[in-house]
Amino acid sequence: MTTFYILVGYLALLIGLGLLSSRFFKGTSSDYFVVSRSVGSFLLLMSIFGTTMTGFAIVGSTAKAYTTGVGVYGLMASWSGLIHSAVFFAVGIRLWAIGKRHGYLTQCEFFRDRFESQGLGYLLFPILVLLVIPYLLVGVIAAGKFIQPTTAGLFPDAFPMPPLPNGQPHPLNGGIPPWLGSAVVCFIVLFYVFFGGLRGAVWANTFQTIVFMVTGVIAFYMISKNLGGLKAASESVLASDFASARASREGMIGKLEFLSYCFVPLSVGMFPHLFQHWLTAKSAKSFKLTVVAHPVFIMIVWLPCILIGIWAAAYLGPLGEGQSPNSVLGRMVGQLVHSPVLSGLVGAGVLAAIMSSLDSQFMCLGTMFTNDIVVRKFGADRFSDSQKILIARGFILLVVGITYLLSLWLMNSAHVFDLGVWCFSGFAGLFPLIVGALYWKGTTAAGAFASVISVVVVWCVLFYRDIIAVKPAGGASDELLIFGMMPVAIIVAVSTLSLVVVSLFTRKPSDETIRKFFV
Amino acid sequence: MNTKIAIAVFVVLAILHQDDWNWDNKTLWLGFMPAGLGYHALFSITVSIFWAAVNRFAWPHRIEAWADEGEGK
Repeated sequence: MTTFYILVGYLALLIGLGLLSSRFFKGTSSDYFVVSRSVGSFLLLMSIFGTTMTGFAIVGSTAKAYTTGVGVYGLMASWSGLIHSAVFFAVGIRLWAIGKRHGYLTQCEFFRDRFESQGLGYLLFPILVLLVIPYLLVGVIAAGKFIQPTTAGLFPDAFPMPPLPNGQPHPLNGGIPPWLGSAVVCFIVLFYVFFGGLRGAVWANTFQTIVFMVTGVIAFYMISKNLGGLKAASESVLASDFASARASREGMIGKLEFLSYCFVPLSVGMFPHLFQHWLTAKSAKSFKLTVVAHPVFIMIVWLPCILIGIWAAAYLGPLGEGQSPNSVLGRMVGQLVHSPVLSGLVGAGVLAAIMSSLDSQFMCLGTMFTNDIVVRKFGADRFSDSQKILIARGFILLVVGITYLLSLWLMNSAHVFDLGVWCFSGFAGLFPLIVGALYWKGTTAAGAFASVISVVVVWCVLFYRDIIAVKPAGGASDELLIFGMMPVAIIVAVSTLSLVVVSLFTRKPSDETIRKFFV
Repeated sequence: MNTKIAIAVFVVLAILHQDDWNWDNKTLWLGFMPAGLGYHALFSITVSIFWAAVNRFAWPHRIEAWADEGEGK
């Protein structure tokens, strides 16, 4: 029960942090939504890093390394280190400057003014919300899926599982079921976001980022020690028929697939929750630490996860019927870290990574609905600051409710983490729009519409082919590749082409608008 | 000028990411780190050093000043 008590204590700490941050709340909507633009270098780094590292980074990377091997680091982590920092530097700082000059709180506000089009905001709002929801789903489901193996054996009477077909007890018997674990995590995040606003999320992210980085390193040390040390653990991979292929990329990942993953991290340029975090910066210099430290921070989190994933392939062997690779990390911790205290701390670390993304996503949805729909529709003077905050909280509650119900429906779907990649692909497809808006004066409203609509059409067609359409039996790969490349490469190419071609032949924005947005 | 050099180095780093020479290399560096993974861990550290240099030599001072001078415009 020690593990359980540590998890409960950790969640209680977050509630306390939410209450504490609410004491610093100044009562204005600007303070609730962007912390009065007062966040310094360290908090910006930790909150942005915590937001970009999701359940996908911790649970998903271990699972993906278990199935696909060491190449997963190059696919996601090292590309992200290069591209994320480039986006923070080239897009984040400019958007921060524009947001500070003109008082923006959301992406839609910026795009409406930049392209002199109210319609563009109304088109983008539902697209951004619909793309954030699968991202939320990944976090909510990952939380539930991780809590169950971590607490396995603790509550055999309350949460029994039928024995396996071979008569062995189910490895998840007595664990807190995913529906309950996910519900508790949603409640905790809602609590500190409700009371602390984005300040609560920034504080909680900073605390949680420290927790998941430190506990990740501890877990890695404990797992490697119990596998006989680093050398023995890796040598067991080479000695295993099942695991040895995972020590390189040959036969696991295609070369064009590896290359085309560079488009996936472009998604951070259009994440609405990151946009909001950029606006919280006190000055442009606040970005410096984030730009430099982000690649190494990614390495600190991903490298242990990838190694644990390939070691798991040797230690656990092939998983049985109905056992998801997403449970690999929980099982390795459960079976190899025998200290209940460390199991509890590692469990808290994984939950920290998951919740540090959920909070920002919850916040951004509330901010967008309040400012892009309600205030836009009824006028800025129609509502007091406290009413705006109330509206934001109401919308957050609605979205979390819908997401939770969807998570129950999709909890056992094999496609949950594919949904995450598709969500990133959608945001990455919109990336040419932000680049055009910031760097090319000739980008027009018609070009922006063409780009967004082309992304929607191409994304829907490819998503249907990959996730919904029935695939022929015996297909070579379960991942949709086009000419050996990730679909995101096609989406970005079509989006860029639409933006450029249509902009060249349509009416340019006014000189006044150009002066407003360009240095 | 500094910005152009930064862009050129960025392109070189993007090319170096595609380490085809490690594709089927299962050698364990230091006895435990698969070569393809160790290379990309070093790549991550190199990228951090690159961004530190960009901050030092190609920082967008004009944008910073533009934001500060026109707050609330």
